[in-house]
Amino acid sequence: MKRMKLFVFFIIAACFALPASVFAEPVTINWWHAMRGPRGDVVEKMIGDFNASQTVYKVVGTNKGNYDETMNAGVAAFRAKKQPHLLQVFEVGTQTMMLSGAIYPVYKLMTDTGYDVDWSRYLQAVLSYYMNADGNLMSMPFNSSTPVMYYNVDMFQKAGIAPLSKSAPITWDQLGDITQKIVSAGIAPAGMVTAWQSWTQIENYSAIHNIAFASKANGYEGLDCELKINNPQVVNHITRLKTWADDNRFMYGGQKYQGPSAEFTAQNAAIYIESISGIAKLLKTVKDFKWDVAPLPVEAGTLKPQNSIIGGASLWVLNGHSKKEYKGVAAFLKFLASNDMQEYWHKQTGYFPITIDAYESLKSKGYYDANPFQEVGISQLNRAIPTKISRGLRLGYFVQIRNIINEELEQVWNGKKSPQQALDTAAQRSNDQLRTFEKTYK
Amino acid sequence: MIKRSFFKSKYLPYLLILPQMAVTLTFFYWPAIQGIIQSFLLSDPFGRRSTFVWFYNYIELFTDPLYLESVFITFVFSLAVAFVSISLGLFIAAMANRALKATALTRTLLIWPYAVAPAISGIMWLFLLHPSYGIVALGIKRWLGIDWNPVLYGSDAMALIVMASAWKQVSYNFVFFMAGLQAIPKSLIEAAAIDGAGPFKRFWFISFPLLSPTFFFLTVMNIIYSFFETFGVIHTVTQGGPGGATNILVYKVYQDGFVGLNLGSSAAQSVVLMSLIIVITFLQFRFVEKKVQYGG
Repeated sequence: MKRMKLFVFFIIAACFALPASVFAEPVTINWWHAMRGPRGDVVEKMIGDFNASQTVYKVVGTNKGNYDETMNAGVAAFRAKKQPHLLQVFEVGTQTMMLSGAIYPVYKLMTDTGYDVDWSRYLQAVLSYYMNADGNLMSMPFNSSTPVMYYNVDMFQKAGIAPLSKSAPITWDQLGDITQKIVSAGIAPAGMVTAWQSWTQIENYSAIHNIAFASKANGYEGLDCELKINNPQVVNHITRLKTWADDNRFMYGGQKYQGPSAEFTAQNAAIYIESISGIAKLLKTVKDFKWDVAPLPVEAGTLKPQNSIIGGASLWVLNGHSKKEYKGVAAFLKFLASNDMQEYWHKQTGYFPITIDAYESLKSKGYYDANPFQEVGISQLNRAIPTKISRGLRLGYFVQIRNIINEELEQVWNGKKSPQQALDTAAQRSNDQLRTFEKTYK
Repeated sequence: MIKRSFFKSKYLPYLLILPQMAVTLTFFYWPAIQGIIQSFLLSDPFGRRSTFVWFYNYIELFTDPLYLESVFITFVFSLAVAFVSISLGLFIAAMANRALKATALTRTLLIWPYAVAPAISGIMWLFLLHPSYGIVALGIKRWLGIDWNPVLYGSDAMALIVMASAWKQVSYNFVFFMAGLQAIPKSLIEAAAIDGAGPFKRFWFISFPLLSPTFFFLTVMNIIYSFFETFGVIHTVTQGGPGGATNILVYKVYQDGFVGLNLGSSAAQSVVLMSLIIVITFLQFRFVEKKVQYGG
């Protein structure tokens, strides 16, 4: 009996001793992301390449659902002290992450681990969205996109309209004439549709024309900021869209992209404003007509339009891990920013390459000559140095604010409110949210 | 003679109900209490700071005209869903009860929609009635000349989610009404028939009153269903839009809490929702149940 006990003891002891005895076990880095389907496969491939490139670290990527689900998983894990090293968070969660006290700022991580990154070699309009007020990078941009204007080339030809330039934007007045021609000639039932109306028609419209979306440099410089979207320019823009909606030059297709996208692919609308990440989908679904991409329109008399702003998500490093593991995180972030990875990512998904080097490398290889529509977004993003107003938005409860803007705009489209009333209410309701947010973090 | 077993030990009964109590306490009372506590706090999602703010979250809610509108929308929605699904369920059950051929098959097929998850039901209705790609919607626009557009008009959107939510609940109601109808003694119906009562009169004066317990039960169940389980329909079809016209309470809780990470407000909304359901159920039992005839 005694011998039996001893035997069991040895077996158990051996089991416990085993993992420790395997020499040079790689350090595991956990990354929770929101990329599924084809994009998820691209992410897996990049992780695989990193793991194959060295033996010290092993990155494990886990999909946690869509953006909100991934963020909630990260929050819950942090509360349970089981947080991953890297968490992908959508752009509207930036303020919450920045104030969370749960993060290790990326600029600090890179210096602490001895990487000397030349941030000026990155796309500035992408970085600026994730910088703090002092210009330090808080999270690593991962998937970034910006809205552009897609148009139906066949319909333009029928209406006798010349193809649009890929670098010089047309004016909104010109767009009004174009849609007028198309609708009155009966070429399409509607002129234009737009996806993500708050992002494309208010946030980006404001950035391009250098109009403040919110006070305190769009919220970068203080939690006591207030929304400024009820200014004459934006009200004027929404009023114009409402007039267009009344004579079918504009058609409202829903808050997200599914409705507007369906209208464009079914040729019910000649023009479609949507993120550059929609290119891949159009390439796959549109077979019966030719389409092309142009930069977003600007107001007549805008001499130097500003950069548009980005959407998408970035990678946050969460604190509470060992130094050794952070070295691995830094190595992985460095690897992701390499030309090979950025080129692969851009080609496969349509999201921006985040470094100028990768962009120039693609250019020298002739990628943009073969795929000219892929360059429209980048040049629109790079055409000016971001100002304090065009660099991005830093708002608490941004999700709720976008919901409010959506709701109020819908009241305009269905005629229940005037543009001025709707934008006034939107600003006032959003300010209530901002005050609650401010109170939470005081 | 009735055989009664009894136990000498004082503790055994307590021990026996312990598992049930443990489950109820951990999975119902504990989260509910947590929710109530959270509703008095303003805290960041990562749980690193919390301030006790008394009734701030509640005051913010009830001074928000849109929240009160959301309460109103929820009542309109749930009454509409309950009315449509109960009346259709009763109608179909009354018809199926008189079916002569293939009775088992008809009845089985009528139960099927209940197996469909609300989210899927929402998507199917969307495929039919979406203004851009809905097949039926195209017909409505072309032949009826109605400007049907649930993406733009609140009332169209409300009609759409009421249909999608009520549709699958019809089957549920059908099952209970069917069982209720089967339980009515044939002799009563036959006696009335001999006295010269037609099918409609027989139904209205005999079957309908005898179904009142079922009716009462289904009203409670349908209202609870439309308050909570219709989440999937709203999420897939309208996301609370357009202009907040279909933003029912449970969807707002999700939007503010899960997506927007405003935990305090979301907890306060859950407490309000919980109280509403308690009050509604209480009122139903207090006033409606008196009129219910349980005896045959």
